[in-house]
Order: sequence, then structure tokens, then C-alpha cells
Amino acid sequence: MNSVGESCTDLKRDYDQCFNRWFAEKFLKGDRSEDPCTETFRKYQRCVQKAIKEKDIPVDGVEFMGPNKDKPES
Amino acid sequence: MVKYFSNKTDIRSTWDLVASAFWQRYPNPFSTHVLTEDVVYREVTADNQLFSRRLLTKTNRLPRWAERFFPSGMSRSVYIIEDSIVDPVNRNLITYTWNLNHTTIMSVEERCIFQDSAEEPATTLLKREAWISSSIFGFSRPIQEFGLARFKSNQVKAMKGLEYALSNLQGEATPWLLRDSVKDASGKAKEAAKNLASAAANPQKPQQYI
Repeated sequence: MNSVGESCTDLKRDYDQCFNRWFAEKFLKGDRSEDPCTETFRKYQRCVQKAIKEKDIPVDGVEFMGPNKDKPES
Repeated sequence: MVKYFSNKTDIRSTWDLVASAFWQRYPNPFSTHVLTEDVVYREVTADNQLFSRRLLTKTNRLPRWAERFFPSGMSRSVYIIEDSIVDPVNRNLITYTWNLNHTTIMSVEERCIFQDSAEEPATTLLKREAWISSSIFGFSRPIQEFGLARFKSNQVKAMKGLEYALSNLQGEATPWLLRDSVKDASGKAKEAAKNLASAAANPQKPQQYI
């Protein structure tokens, strides 16, 4: 799958592979040992955040789960 | 005027697999309208929940009657935010998805909750809700109806995509990783995914712009 930053796709792939393994083998099993993906994440984020700014995508300042606040509980 | 839509589906996979597949469902044979996918924020909280934000860009397909009323700038892609919380202790995954742009034409917000089925073993219950609205004066009703129809059609595709990712994950020796070769649309996997998905979703008549 492509990144919104064309040059970030390889970095995204590296990070996704690391994350998917950590998610299934560690996170879901309650293993809280050190996250092995911090470095790949950092590199990927540096690239993609730059692309987001360049493309003027209005993600900045959007509150996490923002619109969920005014919805009744399921 | 907001249209509200909700349904429940049983997914015949364990919650753990569904949670893993959730991150790996793009690309799939049913997601040609999804152009890009990026994680733009992620954090493990102090109480060991995973907070994530994904940014997706999707094509914006409008029927011809709607295209006429929107300036040419409206052919721009739709930006979508998907925020999610994974709670591995209580075994639930909650997602909230909404579009960042084109909101005047149509705003679609969707909340999904994936949790263990209380009734069936090795099954995940998906509760889905959507709020669809449009503020275009004079056109809001037809646009809402169109939005609802497209949303339902996209839900079917989304389920097929998730089932596709799940069927591949279940066949893999290393279930946490979908190899790129497996992601190529193979006839067998697509057929299996179709069968799984059609058991859970209502059949939809194919529509050109949806």
C-alpha cells in the first residue's frame, strides 16, 4: 500500500512489518517489553509528516476521536 | 438532517486475528478506491492501550448528476481519519472514522466496535454505526441517500477486504505478517473471502458510481 508521501512507501513498509509482528507477538499477549519499532517509526514519521505538510492535508490539531464525543454510547 | 445507520455482524475469526487483520487489510481486491494509507500517530498508553491514527486518501466518485453542482476542485481525493483504540485486556477494538474534506457536500462518520462474541466461540462481534449528513441546501436529501447507498456498498467492500486479510492470515505460518506475494489477488482467496463475506452481508446490486 502506498504512503501519501511517495518517497515514504519503503519506510512505511519497514515500519508496518515491524509493527505487525510486535502487535501480534507482544502487544496482544500483554508483553510490555521494549517496543522494537521506535527507530523505524521515527524515520517513517519524519518522512510522512513532511509530506502531509507539503500537501496541506488538514490533520494537524484534529482531536483524537474528536467527533465521537458528541455521540451516545453504543 | 442526519441519517443514522447501524448493524451487527459476526466475523468467524478470533478477536486477536481480527485485530491483527485490521492493520493489514490494505491493499485488497475490494479496495481499489483507497489510494494511500499511513499511520500518523501511535502511542501505547500507561494502561497499555494502543491509540492510533491512520490517514487514508480515497477516490471521490460522484454520480454525474452530482458532479454538475460541484466546482472542479471537488475531484480532489477524500482525506479520511481513522482513530482507534485497542484494549488487549478487555479485548475490544473501537474505531472512529470520518472525512476531513468535502464535509459540506457530505460528512460520513463511522464508529466500529469489535469484541468477542458472547454467543459463538472463536467469533468476533462487529457493531457498526454511521452518521451521514449533508448541508447542501436543496440537494441534501438526494445526496444523503446517495451517501447512505455508497456507505453501505463500501461497508460490504470493507468486510470483504477484512475477510480477505483474515483468510490469508489464517493460512500463514507466521500469522502476524502477510507476505507481499500472498497479497496479490489470487482467485482462490478472493473466492473464499467472497463466500465468507456474503454469509455476513446482504447482497448488493452493483452500481456504477458506488
